[in-house]
Amino acid sequence: MGRVAKIARRTFLIGSVAVTGGVAFGVYKFVEGAPNPLQSGEGSVSLNAFVVITDEGVTLVSPKAEMGQGVHTTWAALIAEELDVDWKDITVIHGPPAKAYYNSALFGMALPFTDYKVNDFQQAMRKLAGNGAKLLSLQMTGGSTSMRDGFERMRLAGATAREVLKRVAANRMGFKPDELETRNAMVIGPDGQSLTYQELASEAAEINPPKVELRDPSTWRYLGKTLPRVDMEDKITGKATYSIDVVLEGMKFAAVRMSPKRQGMRRYDASAAKAMYGVDGVLDMGEGVAVIADNTWIAMQAVEAIDIDWEPAIYPETTEGLMDEVAAAFNAAPSTIGRDDGKVDDDHPGTEISAEYSVPFLAHATMEPMNATALYTEDALTVWCGNQSPTAIQSACAAEIGLDPDRVTVNTTVMGGGFGRRGEADAAILAARIAKKRPGMPIKLTWSREEDMRRDFYRPAAMARMRGVVNDGQPIAVDVSFAATSVILQTMARPALAPWTREQAVLSGSDPEGLSGAHDQPYSIPNYRVRGHLVSSPLPIGYWRAVGASFGGFFFDSFIDEMAHAAGRDPLAFRVDMAREEHGPSAKVLETVGEMSNWSQARADGRALGVGFTYSFGSPVAQVVEVVQEAAGIRIANVWIATDVGIALDPGNIEAQMTGGCLFGLSAAVMGEITFSDGEAEQSNFYDYDALRMASSPAFEVQILENATYLGGVGEIGTPPAAPALGNALFALTGQRVRKLPFNRDFTFV
Amino acid sequence: MAVSIVVNGGEYESQSAPDTPLLWVLRDEFGLTGTKFGCGVAACGACTVHVGGEARRSCQVSLGDVDGPVTTIEGLGSQEALSAVQTAWIDNQVAQCGYCQAGQQMQAASLLAQNPSPTDRDIDEAMNGNLCRCGTYPRIRAAIHAAAAALSTEA
Repeated sequence: MGRVAKIARRTFLIGSVAVTGGVAFGVYKFVEGAPNPLQSGEGSVSLNAFVVITDEGVTLVSPKAEMGQGVHTTWAALIAEELDVDWKDITVIHGPPAKAYYNSALFGMALPFTDYKVNDFQQAMRKLAGNGAKLLSLQMTGGSTSMRDGFERMRLAGATAREVLKRVAANRMGFKPDELETRNAMVIGPDGQSLTYQELASEAAEINPPKVELRDPSTWRYLGKTLPRVDMEDKITGKATYSIDVVLEGMKFAAVRMSPKRQGMRRYDASAAKAMYGVDGVLDMGEGVAVIADNTWIAMQAVEAIDIDWEPAIYPETTEGLMDEVAAAFNAAPSTIGRDDGKVDDDHPGTEISAEYSVPFLAHATMEPMNATALYTEDALTVWCGNQSPTAIQSACAAEIGLDPDRVTVNTTVMGGGFGRRGEADAAILAARIAKKRPGMPIKLTWSREEDMRRDFYRPAAMARMRGVVNDGQPIAVDVSFAATSVILQTMARPALAPWTREQAVLSGSDPEGLSGAHDQPYSIPNYRVRGHLVSSPLPIGYWRAVGASFGGFFFDSFIDEMAHAAGRDPLAFRVDMAREEHGPSAKVLETVGEMSNWSQARADGRALGVGFTYSFGSPVAQVVEVVQEAAGIRIANVWIATDVGIALDPGNIEAQMTGGCLFGLSAAVMGEITFSDGEAEQSNFYDYDALRMASSPAFEVQILENATYLGGVGEIGTPPAAPALGNALFALTGQRVRKLPFNRDFTFV
Repeated sequence: MAVSIVVNGGEYESQSAPDTPLLWVLRDEFGLTGTKFGCGVAACGACTVHVGGEARRSCQVSLGDVDGPVTTIEGLGSQEALSAVQTAWIDNQVAQCGYCQAGQQMQAASLLAQNPSPTDRDIDEAMNGNLCRCGTYPRIRAAIHAAAAALSTEA
């Protein structure tokens, strides 16, 4: 990453989506009808833009938002693998909002197929469904879909660009294209003469890309290997520009205080705030107030100094009331049936057990608080915002401000964490509304941590009622009922996420996310039923890393552990047996984590193991947690993780996602909890909504297998098995089965 | 009244009120945005800088109380010569979202200045105030050990 990186990024950050002097290549057969967003004014050219050759090098355009998951690096590797450019010469930038950058995998994943059993026909159906996202210009980073979206498309983008460059070179050199080689961004003839991609680019852009064959994986140079992340050096030197870091000439700083009860204001008194040094103005935002000031700190101080009388919440005002609402959903008929194998209701001989589980609301608490910068002029709006869905941000801001979407420019920056929170458009909309009141003045809106915590779209609280029958050491029946607010149904009412979630609900005929982690597990149990009961609550909830599987995995796998104990079986062997017939790769993952953790070897007193397993987002993950009783409390000492993602495109990055995803799940399981009183979240900052830290973080070992038929997701799959693995280990250690999270209500941890 | 402070070896003049936290002077007034805002209450460590060579949470240091030269992530090393901590962070590919990593590195550099060969227990104690929501702790720990080894070879 030399100076090209700076030039391209700066060009991008000041709002110009055209990379000056660049020539863009793409894959016409995938993007017919989607104009190339990198060549404004030339919308009739049916070329897409993932590859830009500039005077200085090669810039790869990623519609995928980098929130830490490493997508820019692996996305670039897919293109570079076919394009033959040196890794160190590559620059990656975020693409602008554009139809061409639709997520081709997202809708396909919503089809009601049993993921671990998907066949080639169903896989083809998924590809077709992906076209729906093109029609809606759905540019979304989420659902652990990036690699499934880009795996073919981006290698083709690289290959077609390479082939048109070769055709131009062949003409100039007087050879046939297949006599030429490509290397280090050059086309090389059999006689040794060479032409750089720069020399060939302009002419090459005029050629219709030929049909190309993708290279055999055995020849891969980048894919399948751990690559240095393209964003690492900037992040380590402080140069990476998150949207909270955007600096514009004449910029002012804003803070907001929107209703923690999610309703309006009865009245407010801003006289103290207006008198504060450095305050530029107080704005009535309807559901709250905003302050514009000389710096962020003044704005935050001033907005907190406003005396506000809030309208009461329209949902139950306490945690107890909210959980009563969840429990009440069991009284109504189920709204979704995720699986119904065999005859669960029949009388099955054996030992029957039943249990009730519950999990609390959770905040995302991204390290970078919500923020956005906006500049409004009479007929246009420019927004800078780290986000997971640029097209949605664009349309939501346009609707709010009363502009055509094509008058709204969205600059996507790297994100200081996403976890699902940055699919929402709320911070960008607020920044746009404030900016509209100060035409010509760039406004940077930064939420305080307190605002971020009390205005989140929480991971919904949920409950499960489980019934199981085991006989002669075998699972005979499992009957699962969940109750939770549907993330899909609620987000359908929000402008940013509606196009996605509406289509997901239509495709699946239900809320597939709400039952994941339970209905989609690769286990052969003769009688296996999973049903969902819908909670209808207006309390704002949203997508949180692993979504439904974040709680479904805890409910289901913990209860499987209970069934294993009731059957008098080893919990790991019990799972392996159920998986072996149904999905070989899942059984292998379980066996592998058993070997890694030395599962069968008895631990000393005061030490115990627990296993957790969840198949989610196309990949099975098994984790073994080792807990140790110390004088001051229980230590989570070691975690072994095995997964199978089909093809490990970047093993080092997958390892980072496995450990990070697991720590995210362990943090929630140990201490994560948003509670309510008086209609407001009671937690406000990291001192009362904390996560695991260095001293409480376990040691990890990770193995990545490649036995699965199709590519699986990575970014979310490490989270779901963490809570059950820990709970099962705590049971093994103490004999106490805790079915309600977080665990620190029942155990002391060190 | 302007307040003069030294940041990364350069003289800066601030027009902010003396009770303004150093964090916001650096970010909003000087445009040194490598130092991050995370919580505002010294609960996450994202804003860690060195004041007079000591790791401090810049959200809790008032401009008027700055009693020594300030070093931020922009001054920890340079593109030409990264610090040992930064080199170790890159070698170990520590960052995911990267937002907390300026604070993590400033804290780690301060630890290594006081304790050239920290044990795991020392690292736990020194780094526990620095939150990472991506869960990069295992690589942070490895990078601190690597930086310590590199520094001992240099010395």
